[in-house]
Amino acid sequence: MNAISVRGLRKTYGGTTAVDGLDLEVHAGEIFALLGPNGAGKTTTVEILEGFRKRDAGEVTVLGEDPAAPSAAWRGRVGLVLQGTGEFDNLTVREIVHHFAGFYPDADDPDAVIARVGLAEKARARTHALSGGQKRRLDVALGIVGRPELLFLDEPTTGFDPEARREFWELVRDLNAGGTTILLTTHYLDEAEALAARVGVIAAGRLVEVSTPADLGGRQDALPTVTWRNPAGGLVHERTATPTALVSRLAGEFGGEVPGLAINRPTLEDIYLRMIETEAAK
Amino acid sequence: MKLALRQGRLETLQFLRSRESVVFTLGFPVIMLAIFASIFGGTEIDGGVTLTQYFVTGMIATGLMTVSFQNLGIWIPIERDRGVLKRYRGTPMPKWVYFAGKVLMILGIAIAETVVLLLMSVLFFGLELPSTAARWLAFGWVSLLGITACTLLGIAISSLARTSRSGSAVVTPIALILQFTSGVFLVFTSLPGWMQSVSAIFPLKWMCQGLRYVFLPDSFAAQEPAGTWELGRIALVLGLWCVAGLALCLTTFRWTAPREG
Ligand SMILES: Nc1ncnc2c1ncn2[C@@H]1O[C@H](COP(=O)(O)OP(=O)(O)OP(=O)(O)O)[C@@H](O)[C@H]1O
Ligand SMILES: [Mg+2]
Repeated sequence: MNAISVRGLRKTYGGTTAVDGLDLEVHAGEIFALLGPNGAGKTTTVEILEGFRKRDAGEVTVLGEDPAAPSAAWRGRVGLVLQGTGEFDNLTVREIVHHFAGFYPDADDPDAVIARVGLAEKARARTHALSGGQKRRLDVALGIVGRPELLFLDEPTTGFDPEARREFWELVRDLNAGGTTILLTTHYLDEAEALAARVGVIAAGRLVEVSTPADLGGRQDALPTVTWRNPAGGLVHERTATPTALVSRLAGEFGGEVPGLAINRPTLEDIYLRMIETEAAK
Repeated sequence: MKLALRQGRLETLQFLRSRESVVFTLGFPVIMLAIFASIFGGTEIDGGVTLTQYFVTGMIATGLMTVSFQNLGIWIPIERDRGVLKRYRGTPMPKWVYFAGKVLMILGIAIAETVVLLLMSVLFFGLELPSTAARWLAFGWVSLLGITACTLLGIAISSLARTSRSGSAVVTPIALILQFTSGVFLVFTSLPGWMQSVSAIFPLKWMCQGLRYVFLPDSFAAQEPAGTWELGRIALVLGLWCVAGLALCLTTFRWTAPREG
């Protein structure tokens, strides 16, 4: 069962093509992360799925409906955290979350939601007095207060401090354990790795790869790099399928300890950057 | 229905907590009234009416327009720009609830504003409250139709502003021009004919005329452009604007900023 399925999605703004024949499936119950450089088309795609932007071509089904004509019942099943923060003037966190809870047929307890996103202490503060990260948490609270089946998170942790980010990850895992499907976009590779069952990389409006974070870009098979210092003091890097053999050869050459020895496997970020570079070169 | 009331309560709360809105929206007509009345004092115009009395009726009409048309034309673009509208749109809330919330807020403010202006006028500027039930009734329907038309037009015109800052640039000149040409600051019949014809297209002129029927002596009817109060025509024009405003709102209202595609 797919919560989201997209075939041949296309969107142009004037002359620029933002999404160019994108295919995507998000399974019910999973956390899916969309990665991609600035301007790759993540927000455009997500907002089409959310029913905010019109597409130029392609088939889109989200929770069984076409988001181009969203019904109120459908809205009630979908939670949104948009890329930009919203600002409600002259209202307190508590008033806003309570108000929004009233729009949903089966809303969560607003005060519990406020505590869950870590705003309990600021519940009575007016929103213009919140810090950037706190405003973002309010966005998250509004996104989850309706107990959505499907939650869109467009760069949700922008502006979070490291601790808040970890807490947020816990919250997302919790929601997911409760059955919520989550589509996340992020520029933080560690976030994608920590949360997502599958990641998709978008470049120039196309989905160039979908896989688990561990397998992305052939990461499992990627060659490790052995680094050491040559007698002249310069660093030498060598990618090899047989690092152990290389190290024992070096040990022989140096007659013991190899200066500056390190063996590294590529991180998700290395793989990702390499993918983006190859895409850009095409 | 419950949703609409909740929305109205929230909107009113937001309005009351915004000090600038309260001061400027409510204060503007009050201050203008005080200034005008002090300048013109007891100057008489024809039909046994002082300029101040004439001006008071126009100021009440202007007050209704300020709280509805100007207030919304300025605020909605700001809410749109800040993503407030988009967030509402992302919930199962029916669209009309948002509009209903605005209407309820405006009704509340308009009543408060009108009461203040009436009190001032009766206490200081020799205005007499209507003496017949028919006039009170007309007070009710002229105000209600006028506010509804101006509210819907305020919502409609909010879509013209491309950014949050341009709302007041769009709305303020329109409001000012209408105030000068619809018989608020100047006696309507003293304006050039073509100007009278143009402003007769818009609601404010008819709201002023309706309120003159409510507050001025019957003898003054002779000074109106048609020589009578034209109540039927007032209802017709304002009613048509309500319909046109609603149609515009439903067809052109934008929940997201233009740059968001
Ligand atoms: N409303 C718009 N009008 C014109 N062009 C737009 C509009 N929205 C997006 N674009 C263009 O479409 C492309 C994709 O933008 P989009 O916002 O989807 O990227 P993104 O992947 O979300 O980027 P980021 O990581 O910076 O959020 C960009 O080239 C952008 O300039
Ligand atoms: Mg984006």
